[in-house]
Amino acid sequence: MGKLIYLDNAATTKTAPEVVEAMLPYFTEKFGNPSSVYSFASGNKDVIAAQREIIGNALGAKANEIYFTAGGSESDNWALKATAEAYQGKGNHIITSKIEHHAILHTCQYLESRGFEVTYLDVDENGLIKLDDLKAAIRPTTILISIMFANNEIGTIEPIKEIGEIAHEHKILFHTDAVQAFGQVPINVDECHIDMLSSSGHKLNGPKGIGFLYIRSGVKIRSFVHGGAQERKRRAGTENVPGIVGFGKAVERAVSSMEKRTSYERELRDYMIERISKEIPYCRLNGDPVKRLPNNVNFSFRFVEGESMLINLDLKGICASSGSACTSGSLDPSHVLLAIGLPHEIAHGSLRMTLNEEITKEDIDYVVDNLKDIVELIRSMSPLYEDFLKKQK
Amino acid sequence: MYTEKVMDHFQHPRNVGEIENASGVGTVGNAKCGDIMRIYLDIDENEIIRDCKFKTFGCGAAIATSSMATELVKGKNIREALEVTNKAVMEALDGLPPVKVHCSLLAEEAIHAALWDYAEKHGIKIEGLDRPKSDIHEGEEEEEEEY
Repeated sequence: MGKLIYLDNAATTKTAPEVVEAMLPYFTEKFGNPSSVYSFASGNKDVIAAQREIIGNALGAKANEIYFTAGGSESDNWALKATAEAYQGKGNHIITSKIEHHAILHTCQYLESRGFEVTYLDVDENGLIKLDDLKAAIRPTTILISIMFANNEIGTIEPIKEIGEIAHEHKILFHTDAVQAFGQVPINVDECHIDMLSSSGHKLNGPKGIGFLYIRSGVKIRSFVHGGAQERKRRAGTENVPGIVGFGKAVERAVSSMEKRTSYERELRDYMIERISKEIPYCRLNGDPVKRLPNNVNFSFRFVEGESMLINLDLKGICASSGSACTSGSLDPSHVLLAIGLPHEIAHGSLRMTLNEEITKEDIDYVVDNLKDIVELIRSMSPLYEDFLKKQK
Repeated sequence: MYTEKVMDHFQHPRNVGEIENASGVGTVGNAKCGDIMRIYLDIDENEIIRDCKFKTFGCGAAIATSSMATELVKGKNIREALEVTNKAVMEALDGLPPVKVHCSLLAEEAIHAALWDYAEKHGIKIEGLDRPKSDIHEGEEEEEEEY
């Protein structure tokens, strides 16, 4: 295949070469178990501590509040299940939103089956939760609020600071799934009153299979994986040393490049949004136009089904994703697109393109030029478009 | 994930379009599920399908099965066309991924719906042809209908 334009950075990112380089020695000469006594291996303990420090600093947190996990889903599961268990003496109610990642939503459903009660907040047409709804949902039995920092599909950034303040006022724990946001927007856990935060390495040019859960000191949270004394006895299992080293490197890289990188991406993003809005009729930008991740573009095209758009883009060497049912393995389109009020047939025609710093303006032009043709081609085959045109006459 | 034949029919769909004053038109599926198929038939006085066109809103498999189904019924008489089952469409495409089998069912239903429309217009009864169970307009009213 010739040209490849990768516009699915919300799904995963390329591991940065300097990250791979930093990891390599920990597979070979520095393979030791950090828990071992001899100096050859115990040096790895210090290496892990250093990464914890880097990550803690990036969040305005202390190093000992960072707990490494196998990724975002584990962090989400841990935060919810362990909080529910630890605080069930206080209450059994959890507040979340309808547009969370499945790692949150399915864990909430699991907790409901165990006797917990969950409020799933609605969002507005841009995907923002309403603070009044949040306040109204709080009960004396509410033990946890879990709202994502930024949405993975439509890129909307939630009012995290305001949510944190409300949680703090009511003495309710606040967890945020920051898998998409960390490394893309500045985060300070104290300013936002965040008690727990989930993150994943491979979303910010780090390796797959490594994540962390930030847990504020003083939060009672039980061990999720029982066994050895790793991660301050809260998450057993020999540390994924190469993964942790790679994650640390990736965070360092993401934090130091954030301003320059995201302003570049933001410019490209807005250029792409403008071209699509102007040049492709009957489309809709999904997600908030301003409170939006720097690299996220998400459109719905009427009379078009998402998967056929993706295959056509793939034939042109363009990687993107869609919230259509055909790409999810179920008959329903994305829960996020339905939650922002899109009718089913419009939700089926969604396209998400997530940029990175290697994408150029020429790439964007190539993608939009092709997308125009593809949408037109698919519409020419669509009975919905045929009916629409007949009605117009 | 798709066979070469599916990709061929997706990239170069046969018989896309409409037939003006068609002998029979059938539209099945609904936008909620993300698949709508419309088939136009031009049937001559000897009950032979002279021409067949389609329009489809749906995934790659939906477009490929529509294309293949139109190829298979063209030139057949209406009774033979009834025998173009979803299995036949799938076999002709060298198979579909399991999650896409419902697309081939839709193609069969679309042909049946178009034949039903033809039979109704001409006041005839085609042996073995039942009223189409899924219809775009019924679907709008009866959300619970299964496809």
